[in-house]
Amino acid sequence: MPDDMTERVLKVIATSKRIPLEQVTIDSEFLQLGIDSMDAVEILFALENEFDISIPDDEVRHVRNVRQMVEGVKKLVAAKSAGAAEAPADTAASQ
Amino acid sequence: MRRVAITGMGAISALGRSVPEFAAALCQGRSGIGPIESTDRSQLRFQNGAEVHGYSHRPYFEDRRADFMDRFAQFAVIAAREAVAGAGIEWTPELRETAAIITGSCVGGQSTEDIGFQEVYKFSHNRVHPLTIPKTMANAGASHISMEFGITGPSFTISTACSSAAHAIGQACWMIRSGFTDLAITGGSEAPFSFGILKAWEAMRVVSPDTCRPFSKDRRGMILGEGAAIFVLEPLEKAQARGARIHAELVGFGMSADACHITQPSAEGAARAMRAALRDAQLAPEQIGYINAHGTATPANDATESAAIRAVFGAHADRLAVSSTKSMHGHGLGAAAAFECLAATLALREGVLPPTANFTEPDPDCDLDVIPNQARRAEVEYALSNSFAFGGLNAVLALRKA
Repeated sequence: MPDDMTERVLKVIATSKRIPLEQVTIDSEFLQLGIDSMDAVEILFALENEFDISIPDDEVRHVRNVRQMVEGVKKLVAAKSAGAAEAPADTAASQ
Repeated sequence: MRRVAITGMGAISALGRSVPEFAAALCQGRSGIGPIESTDRSQLRFQNGAEVHGYSHRPYFEDRRADFMDRFAQFAVIAAREAVAGAGIEWTPELRETAAIITGSCVGGQSTEDIGFQEVYKFSHNRVHPLTIPKTMANAGASHISMEFGITGPSFTISTACSSAAHAIGQACWMIRSGFTDLAITGGSEAPFSFGILKAWEAMRVVSPDTCRPFSKDRRGMILGEGAAIFVLEPLEKAQARGARIHAELVGFGMSADACHITQPSAEGAARAMRAALRDAQLAPEQIGYINAHGTATPANDATESAAIRAVFGAHADRLAVSSTKSMHGHGLGAAAAFECLAATLALREGVLPPTANFTEPDPDCDLDVIPNQARRAEVEYALSNSFAFGGLNAVLALRKA
């Protein structure tokens, strides 16, 4: 079973691309799902809103499948909580 | 059918406030790209742009007149003044009545709109400045040019994103060629440096975090630019008869639609526009010596454009010089094609091909002679200027050395 955060990423992808959630799995390639570069940009936008993170361009240039996207999001969310623990006042900066 | 001469040129851009300054920067391969000054960039992922440095309306317009003009419309009038003065037009009532004005702009006065909407959305002031609409409309550039010179002939604006000015100049060219008018003022203007617009560009993830490196392997996207370039077009014979200086001839205009994707470029669509321009100019591909490329420096555009050039020119692609001057004046959106038509005209006139600046490393997907970093002396008879817009609307101009 995918963990909660993975589920949320899959849901964001399905909602943005307007495809059934069942089609999107951790093993899906963007190409398989018909996700082109503009679709990917929209998904990144939706993920930033969903997880309240900022995804730098450099992090996404080589992302080609769902697994890489999930890993990237987890990394940024972890970095955000670590940053929040150290400096709680800074969390709103990315808004 | 009449031949079409460029008899006047004006420009204001990150490279300076006149055509000679623009020309000097291109020859030196000097980029006008730097940290964005006119907008707070603390909340932006990208930091650089190609702005008209230290611009104020003061040397150009009285305060009360400037109140009615967004920055993009001011740029249009400033460039038109230089073009008309350089052409040495002697106005008659007939000429004022028949002269045409066709401008291109992509975002028009959206900066004014952006500021106005902050009032209601952010500051809850519940009222927006009453000049927001007349300053925002994309045709304001053409309108202010008409008022500047008292021109009462056919005047309008074309908005086809990054091809706007090419569609405008091409249309003006055909109106001169067909005998519809004896004088056309045409080009493009843009001023997109406003926070909301920049955030929208940021969201597309196509803007470079450092600079604009067209055709370079490590290119990372476009750099926005602003300003205007405006031309005066006349029938060649009439221009010669009055002893006007001919900067170049406009000999062809080609258009196409990709009918494919709203943002991704298509090599097929780009190739069809280049072929259409060659056909309109009655030129064989082998006659072209220089192409001022669309060359935005996004990974997708430059590879696609290179493929399109190969498709159209075949083996001749290896003997062509191709450069993207966006590396210096930035991507002027609705003004871009006007900057680039100017760069191509200067290349033909001066016998100096402008370089692709900021070039670091060749990309096998862009295996063309892109004139890296150093301008090159070369006498070229025919040149193309390519524009391929978001929305897949392509426009290509063909020019001939005068």
